[in-house]
Amino acid sequence: MAARVGVVTFPGSNCELDAVEAINGLGGQAELVWHGNTSLGQFDAVVLPGGFAHGDYLRPGAIARFSPVMDAVRDHAAAGGPVVGICNGFQVLTEAGLLPGALQKNRGLKFLCTTTQIRVETTASALTAEAAVGEVLCIPINHFEGNYTCDAPTLALLRAEERVVVRYLDNPNGSVDDIAGVCNEGRNVVGLMPHPERACHALLGSTDGAVLLRSLLVSAGAAMA
Amino acid sequence: MLFSVLVETRLRPGIADPQGATIERSLPHLGFDGIRGVRVGKAIRFELDAPDEASARAHAHEVCQRFLINPVIEAADVTLSVVEAV
Repeated sequence: MAARVGVVTFPGSNCELDAVEAINGLGGQAELVWHGNTSLGQFDAVVLPGGFAHGDYLRPGAIARFSPVMDAVRDHAAAGGPVVGICNGFQVLTEAGLLPGALQKNRGLKFLCTTTQIRVETTASALTAEAAVGEVLCIPINHFEGNYTCDAPTLALLRAEERVVVRYLDNPNGSVDDIAGVCNEGRNVVGLMPHPERACHALLGSTDGAVLLRSLLVSAGAAMA
Repeated sequence: MLFSVLVETRLRPGIADPQGATIERSLPHLGFDGIRGVRVGKAIRFELDAPDEASARAHAHEVCQRFLINPVIEAADVTLSVVEAV
């Protein structure tokens, strides 16, 4: 049975259809879930997509973390279910406290819309189980606030527990320790700024994102079993 | 009582401030010398009904911690003044 993936749509999300398309193209069964929903029980995995949830007012993710669906996201994560936040979704997960650290304005104050190379640092996460450590992936970024920051003890902990999931080869935004994505202690919640769903078809210039979303589907299958 | 509340948010010490750094780098080019330590924050103003100053302060503090700031990177100063002492 195909893994069922709920793609949460907040007012202002704009990458939700890309995520659904990419996941379905890889054999998953993705559908949109409005942020007002209070249950995610029918899903094996949850994706918080990119965009500008609630207009990014106050701070990106600051209002979205109070959306009704977030209690269900929290429950899904606590039960070990895979949760992936992409770009704005990553910002929402940090604001919600489901991932450590925070995302600030890019160094240089430029909105970045480009393709980056990221290196897979661990395969022990819901997003990299099918990838190889050291594998370099060509994935687009599209953000103004992607500059990952955290305090020194948190960074030391992330390193010690190998919770930095992907790093930039050529740091585009000033993120501490070149961090492009991190996971939680249980390794089932992952956030990253690059957009794997935009790199799943040759027509888009790269298919390197497929291994990440395929990993999510495999992790969802494992959580189902 | 009605209070006027001013919340000034700022980045915690040690947290990089890309906006402050960009402003600071620009200043000498514009002929403004001798300025350093530029940090950018936000000011948020609102009015608040509360029975007394202590409860107004506690309420404003809770709003700050839960919503107005991200405690991972930010801190806030809260200033209260009485609008109506009814």
